[in-house]
Formats: sequence, C-alpha cells, structure tokens
Amino acid sequence: MFALEIENLHKTYASGLEALKGIDLHVEQGDFFALLGPNGAGKSTCIGIISGLVNKTRGSVSIFGHSIDREFIVAKSLLGSVPQEFNFNTFEPVEEIVINQAGFYGVPARIARQETEHYLKQLGLWQHRRSQARRLSGGMKRRLMIARALIHKPRLLILDEPTAGVDIELRRTMWDFLDQINGQGTTIILTTHYLEEAERMCRNVAIIDDGEIIQNTSMKLLLKQLNSETFVLYLRDDLAQVPRLQRLDNIVQLDHHSIEVEVPDSCSINDLIHELDAQGIVVERLRNKVNRLEELFVKLTSKPDNSSAA
Amino acid sequence: MIRQFWIAYLTITRKEIMRFTRIWVQTIIPPVVMVALYFVIFGNLIGQRIGEMDGMTYVDFIMPGLVMMSIITNSYTNVVSSFYGAKYSRHIEEMQIAPVPDLVILLGFVSGGMVRGISVGIAVTLVSLLFTDFSIYNPFVVLLVALLTSCLFALAGLINAIFANSFDDITIIPTFVLTPLTYLGGIFYSIKLLPEFWQQVSLGNPILYMVNSFRYGFRGISDIDLSTAIAVILFFIVVLFATCLTLLARGTGIRQ
Repeated sequence: MFALEIENLHKTYASGLEALKGIDLHVEQGDFFALLGPNGAGKSTCIGIISGLVNKTRGSVSIFGHSIDREFIVAKSLLGSVPQEFNFNTFEPVEEIVINQAGFYGVPARIARQETEHYLKQLGLWQHRRSQARRLSGGMKRRLMIARALIHKPRLLILDEPTAGVDIELRRTMWDFLDQINGQGTTIILTTHYLEEAERMCRNVAIIDDGEIIQNTSMKLLLKQLNSETFVLYLRDDLAQVPRLQRLDNIVQLDHHSIEVEVPDSCSINDLIHELDAQGIVVERLRNKVNRLEELFVKLTSKPDNSSAA
Repeated sequence: MIRQFWIAYLTITRKEIMRFTRIWVQTIIPPVVMVALYFVIFGNLIGQRIGEMDGMTYVDFIMPGLVMMSIITNSYTNVVSSFYGAKYSRHIEEMQIAPVPDLVILLGFVSGGMVRGISVGIAVTLVSLLFTDFSIYNPFVVLLVALLTSCLFALAGLINAIFANSFDDITIIPTFVLTPLTYLGGIFYSIKLLPEFWQQVSLGNPILYMVNSFRYGFRGISDIDLSTAIAVILFFIVVLFATCLTLLARGTGIRQ
C-alpha cells in the first residue's frame, strides 16, 4: 500500500487554466519525497487537492489506501499539511492555534494540551505560547504551522516550502527535525525551491512542469542524468583572453580572475586542471556554479526562449 | 466517530465564542450603548409624548423589539464577520484540511453566532431594567423565539459570508436589507396603526413575525398569531440550513 496514490489527476480552473493534466504519482510509506517544479507548474494545486482545499476535475487520490472522496474522514485523519502561505488567525495565541487544530481532529483537550506542549517545546516556541501569532517572526510562524500539522500525529506530512524565508541556521534545525520525524515513520512530501534542501533530504523525487510529471524517480538516478556540471574557477593571475581547451568548449570568462567551465561526465576535474596548468593558468579555488540538482532541474524545466525568435 | 465530531463541534463553537469575547469592547458594549440610547430617546423623551400603545407605555412596547433587534443584528454580524474573516485570512483552511464534516462546521459557526446574539440580548434586557419593569408573560416563548431567531440570522450571516468577496460585501446586506426590515418589522409601532394596504405589505417582512412573537412572550400581545409566527421562523430556518449545507458541500467561496 502506498502512502499516497494519485491516478490520472486533472484540474481545470473556472478560468479555463488546466493546472493538472492527468498526473500519476505513487509515494511509498516512510519515504522522504520531493515534489519539485517551477512556479505555476501545478504543485500547489496538487497539494490543495490532496488536502481538500481544491476540488479536482477528475482522477483519484488515496492516502494509505483511503480515497479522499469515499473515505475522507479517515484519509484526512492520516494527513498533515504545512501550506506555503500562513493560514492561521494571527490574533489567536500560539498555544490556542495548535490546541484548536487538535480539536478539529477530535483529539480530547487534555491530550491536545500535552501534545501542544511537546511540539511547541520541540520547535522552540514554548516561551511564545501566549503571544499572538502575529507577533512571531517569519521563521517562528513556519514552525508554528509545522507544530499545528503534527498535533494529530499524521502518517503523511506534506510540506509546501516549509523553509521559505527561514535563515540558514534555523533551516538546518528544521531539516534535523524533519529527518527525525521521518525516521520515526512519518512519510514526508516536500516541495521547495531550495534544491539543495531536496537533494539533501529526499530519497525520491518527482518533477512537475506545466501540469505534467516529467520525472519520477529516485534522487540518485535523477542526478545520474546530469551529464555535465558547471564549475566556477578562481585564477591566481589576470587572464587576458578565454583559454582554449581541447575537450571543453563551453567556457565563459566572468572577470579577469574567474572563468565558468561546463565539464562533461567524460572529462575529469584533473583533466581540466592539467590543461589549464599546461597553459600556465593556476587555479586557486573552484566551486560548483549551482547545486547539482538545481543544474539538472533548470535543464529539465527550461523553456525555449521565444522572445529572441521573433 | 461521533465523539470525534463532537469534540470538533465544541472546538469551533469555543473558538467562535473566544473570538467575540476577546474583543468584547467591539462586540458586546456598542449594541448595549445603542439600545440604551433608544430607551432614553424613544422610550423616555419621545415615548412620554406618544402615550400608550396596545394598552401599555411606549417604552414597555418597544422593549421586546429592541432586544430582538440586538439578537438579530449580533447573530448575523458574528457569523458573517467571523466566517468571512476566516476566508480572507485563510484560516478556514484549518477546518477544511481536518476531518470535519460540513455539518459540524455549519453547527459550530451558527452556535457561535447564537451565543453572541443571546449574550447581547441578555445584556440589553438587563439595561432595559433601568427604564422598564421586568415582566415576562411566557418565559418559554421568549426563550424559544430568541433561540430560533438567533439561529435563523446566524444561518443568513453564513450565507452572506460564503458569497462575500470583499469586506464591502459583508456590510451591504446588513445595511440595505437587514436594517430596513428590522426597523419596519414592528419594533416601534403596531402594524394596526398602518393603512390596510401597508399592513398586508408588512406581513411579507419575516422580522415582523419574530418581533411580534417575542413581544408576545414578554407582554402577552401580538399583531401576529403565535403559531403562525413560529411556523414562519422554522420555515426560514429549514430553507437557510439546507442552503448553507449545499453551499458548503459544493465548496462555494471556499474551494477553487
């Protein structure tokens, strides 16, 4: 049985926009799954349908084998969702928001209070429990939504850009926390624009573009598709002109001291350094231009530039 | 499952009650002050010159109507502002993603509206004691009509909120429909004072039935037969209840 099973899911909005064009998606139990895609690709529509916030046009969605149409009470009980936008009453105290959410799931008040204390402490919000939610920082609001989503102990947790606007230190703390709850058996589906985050956290990935799934595989297999990587090289001496290299022709000079080189799989970094060394060019440092998944993601989802063709 | 829904219902109702009690200066005090002014101006100052109406002092005559007006306005306003506010700031999604049936959401919001309507009604009744003697002809009728009317207008407020797309939309109905109907619903006069034609027109105003049945509960007099009045109120409750449930099930205004 899959944690999430989506078959032939379509969504056409009243405006006529076809946001989902018949997607199929299967997420294994216990998985840490990335659902990626550019803005407007259909990720949030897909999550909206799973969460019951958007009506689907056709298709089926099941959570741990329970249809969201026929068994929505059970299906929803198994799901926790952290949306992209803040969607709590900002005038309510933090503690009340989480306790109320537990109540919506039928959790008795005494247990709700205990669990609220547990999650607010774990997410560093306990000292703010009596503050109105609007007084919290952006990062705290994100953590509040995570605490709220976990209060009924869901078996499937969907996080729609949970670390957007969160500083690096806090992001790492949240990664550790999510790792921990995934380790305890909670299946997690993550959408994020920080592809480093997806690469670090997720075992499997689907890429959605223009309402269609264009990739659905393991993170390892996906990254193997990357047949070249771009590196930025910082040079010791001034560079008069772009060097000519035997097996590399995609070289761009960024300034007098740095160049950008696309290195195919067939060529090693050693080959590159040797060639440059032979021309008397000394490389002081080098780094990936962007994270590997990001490089692949851009290649998979980039559209032809029509403006220049006109 | 029933226990789960019961807890969810209590949570929504409690949340609604907390919402208006947290801002009691905006929700409870203004209607009490406004009705106190009605008592001072219409009841005492002008009322003494008007003399008796239906065999009682004018202030005694208008008292049940003023209480009813507070119940109507506050039941409606509470639900329309709370539900639209939840839509606007998207925290309605807290309930939508949870396993809460539409019926439970409906009952929770309506209960919250009823509690505010009745609370303000009690507060206004207490204020009225400064101007009239407290006497109830039939407490059961007073309680029944207060509960049914607050339920009816809480449902009406919910429908308004479901269709509203802006804050303007939640003030249009109360300003241009509810207030005129309330003022023309026999709070300040007996429809027997009107020409025959306008008496018949007034019978098309549902608020007339509520005001008169409520007045019957307090004073034992009414322009309308009590059972007819109760039947009219129940009819509107059934229609609005069914409408609300249908709209919530379709996701009108809350699901794309």
